[in-house]
Amino acid sequence: MSRNVTVTVNQSEHTCEVEPRLLLVHLLRENLGLTGTNIGCDTSQCGSCTVLMDGQAVKSCTVLAVQADEANITTIEGLAQEGELHPLQESFWEKHGLQCGFCTPGMIMTAHDLLSRNPDPTDTEIRHGLDGNLCRCTGYHNIVTAIQAAASSIRS
Amino acid sequence: MATRIFGSSIKRREDPKLITGEAQYLEDIQLHGMVHAAVLRSPYAHANIRSINVEEAKAVDGVIGVFTGKDFEELPALPCAWQAGGVDNNANTPRVLEIERVTFTGAAVAVVVAENRYIAQDAVGLIEVDYEPLPVVVDAEEASQKGAPQLHENAPGNICMDWACGQEEGTEAALEEADVVVKQRIKNQRLIPTPLEPRGAIAQYSPASEEYTVWMTSQAPHVMRLLMTAFVFGIPETKMRVISPHVGGGFGSKIFLYPEYCLVAALAKKVGRPIKWMETRGENYVATTHGRDHISDIEVGVKRDGTVTALKVKTYANLGGILSTIAPGIPTTLYGRMLSGVYKIPNIYCQVLGVYTNTAMVDAYRGAGRPEATYLVERVMDLVANELKMDPSELRRKNFIPADAFPYEPADDILAGLKYDSGNYEAVLDRALEVTDYKAFRQEQEKARESGRYLGVGFSSYIEVCGVAPSAWVGVGGQGWGAGLWESANVRVHLTGQVVVTTGTQPHGQGHETTVAQVVADELGIPFEDVIVQHSDTLGTPFGYGTYGSRSAAVGAVAVYNSLQRIKDKAKLIGAHMLEASIDDVIYEDGKVHVKGAPTESKTIQEIAGQAALAYDLPEGMEAFLDDTAYYDPPNCTFPFGTHMCMVEVDRHTGQVDIQRYVAVDDVGRVINPMIVDGQVHGGIAQGVAQALWEHGVYDESGQLVSGSLLDYAIPKASFLPSFELDRTETPSPVNPLGVKGAGEAGTIASTPAVVNAVMDALSPLGITHIDMPLTAERVWQAVQQNGNGG
Ligand code: FES
Ligand code: FES
Repeated sequence: MSRNVTVTVNQSEHTCEVEPRLLLVHLLRENLGLTGTNIGCDTSQCGSCTVLMDGQAVKSCTVLAVQADEANITTIEGLAQEGELHPLQESFWEKHGLQCGFCTPGMIMTAHDLLSRNPDPTDTEIRHGLDGNLCRCTGYHNIVTAIQAAASSIRS
Repeated sequence: MATRIFGSSIKRREDPKLITGEAQYLEDIQLHGMVHAAVLRSPYAHANIRSINVEEAKAVDGVIGVFTGKDFEELPALPCAWQAGGVDNNANTPRVLEIERVTFTGAAVAVVVAENRYIAQDAVGLIEVDYEPLPVVVDAEEASQKGAPQLHENAPGNICMDWACGQEEGTEAALEEADVVVKQRIKNQRLIPTPLEPRGAIAQYSPASEEYTVWMTSQAPHVMRLLMTAFVFGIPETKMRVISPHVGGGFGSKIFLYPEYCLVAALAKKVGRPIKWMETRGENYVATTHGRDHISDIEVGVKRDGTVTALKVKTYANLGGILSTIAPGIPTTLYGRMLSGVYKIPNIYCQVLGVYTNTAMVDAYRGAGRPEATYLVERVMDLVANELKMDPSELRRKNFIPADAFPYEPADDILAGLKYDSGNYEAVLDRALEVTDYKAFRQEQEKARESGRYLGVGFSSYIEVCGVAPSAWVGVGGQGWGAGLWESANVRVHLTGQVVVTTGTQPHGQGHETTVAQVVADELGIPFEDVIVQHSDTLGTPFGYGTYGSRSAAVGAVAVYNSLQRIKDKAKLIGAHMLEASIDDVIYEDGKVHVKGAPTESKTIQEIAGQAALAYDLPEGMEAFLDDTAYYDPPNCTFPFGTHMCMVEVDRHTGQVDIQRYVAVDDVGRVINPMIVDGQVHGGIAQGVAQALWEHGVYDESGQLVSGSLLDYAIPKASFLPSFELDRTETPSPVNPLGVKGAGEAGTIASTPAVVNAVMDALSPLGITHIDMPLTAERVWQAVQQNGNGG
């Protein structure tokens, strides 16, 4: 029944023996101990589990580990480089874009994908870009501000 | 004091862990040898349990045990810690696992413990329960009628409690005499709190020391330990340690003691291994507490000139199938007692029937009682304004409690002896009118109407009660809470001058580590970086009641402040001794004790802390160390207020409501960290707007939760909401030395009526005066069809 899956996560390669039904989010959290990616629902709605898979934001609760075979994954733990926070991490901190922080890793990964496709978004484009990510604490106001701030810092 | 950081928007020190994924939420904790629990829940809303067959589930590879309620018969039902004051409460509370009967869909009836969560979940599906379904009732009013299915023997007519406040006779008489009486039935629909992190617990038991360690997603770890040890397990509280790790939002739903927390602790002992249980989102919807769910009939009496003379309210409050930890206190003390709002209403009477129905437990959800009260009062104001053809802002102004009337005691002893501490209600209204350019909006609205567009503006002038703590008032003898509600803090200035503060409150997004450190740094005159704030673990923090009801600043931070005063007093004694000066000749200023008039003759707090810790040369008879614990029991609650205004456009053809502008002018007393307060207001507004427009916990007639997933329960997405415009005034609270009032719930309390009033204002040309929430496109469209002839 078990399969071997090889994934590169945050630039390091892992091979794991998994059940075919294992979700990518559980592979990351339980097999690899990367618990920054959160689980907030069971219907693919909340986006707390968003990671980058081959550069694109995916909900890791909706991807089977076996589907991620050979993929390149980035999680929130892999975003800061050599101790330097990513501009999105900086701006979420600076602009108070988080309260409880549970949605934050997913929000940041989605924003990462959004800004890679649209480096200079309008507020409306940001709000629509976050349609797959829920936050219950912030009312999104400061999340939008934070993403704008990150966008302008990345552009310059 | 030189430069103060009280009042500055310091970046949160909790964030680095949260933005890098390092923070540990409950589900992130792994213990050696840990096993997993999954709970089987009732698919019926009301049923007798005839038998449970666990054999097949037990046989699954990797299953360690399967247990039912009978395995925990020795554990009593959970306590109800806040019963409505002054009346009988026919309390019925959950058991760890139900044994004979279930009263709502989602009640826990069995549990599987297995090597991993996948196996546990597989095995849950193999448990067979033989249920005898019983008749179901989900509506509180229906449940209280003759012939309704009965849920509990000790609660005839399904009435948990019949509570009242105010003066019935006087209010009736005033209604008789009023020029105009407006009547309306108003529903405040059921909501589901939906923190992004569901609930969970991990427990470990040590047979050698007979001690439990329980991690849980809790807003109040000390209270959890007290309730579990004293009321459920019957063991000394020293035999249990409760820890809240990072908590992913609570909004009230994580205050309470839930069956699963006790279950996990009991299982840890039975199974002999650490055990984790984590709720799925689906379980969170059916088995975690819900909020609101009132049906109210109101009558308001007014004079022709707009003076409100009487308000009479009868409310059916749905409490669910069984009581959650503080359920009866919410629709009574925190609701009925707030019905005077910001107005001088001379006659008030409110009756509340707390009713059992076959639905999930209803308890505090952000605002807890106060949003329900504010919604009624603020809808009433608009209904009256509409009836009298008065401007809603002028009607409010006419009835406001004037700024010179504080402290103000609302009529008819409705607040049971407390007084509103301070306020200036006209100032916040005026500010809101100015920011929105109200007059110009009315002109624009007029013009838009001519071209068939429906714009509306809604007001909400609110008051809320925070720091619900005065023990003599809230406690057993008064409002029925089973204890006092003081708050605690310990401050220790270590040898090097580093300060460690431990608190009895428990942040889950509010930023206490930052704001409390701001208070400490200012008071002691030391760098912000030299203060750390610890919390959320019963080991190493003083007993405290936790975080809810916007109390952590107004009660918790004041405890810290009081400790700091005593620390400074002791520092002065030591400083004077070191300076060989008399105590009367020294003062504490900017982190130093110095001789009056000679600032250079000084000892820093760091030097004094070192002296206190080393203790080889202290004033005669003095104990070592700068260490103080304070228990602060405030003399009164605090009463934040404000005016929110919402501008909408309603599409009469589709019923769609579009929020064009949202302006909030709040007064939460003095503000420690404006950035954090703004964040609290933003999030609060979003939740209140969501109640007005989208969210609704819906049960069908058979007691199935129709809105039981994030697909069906419409919490707002970013694209649903506008950015918010915030402003504030600062009227310090005279209740506490910090002048703070509390800010966690204001947004939620204020915003719901602002939005609904705006939609009603937009639709007023069509003769529509009230639609029950949520104002979904469908509901608005229906109302337009019925009243406004669609056209
Ligand atoms: S956990 Fe909610 S979308 Fe993946
Ligand atoms: S910060 Fe709590 S859910 Fe977004």
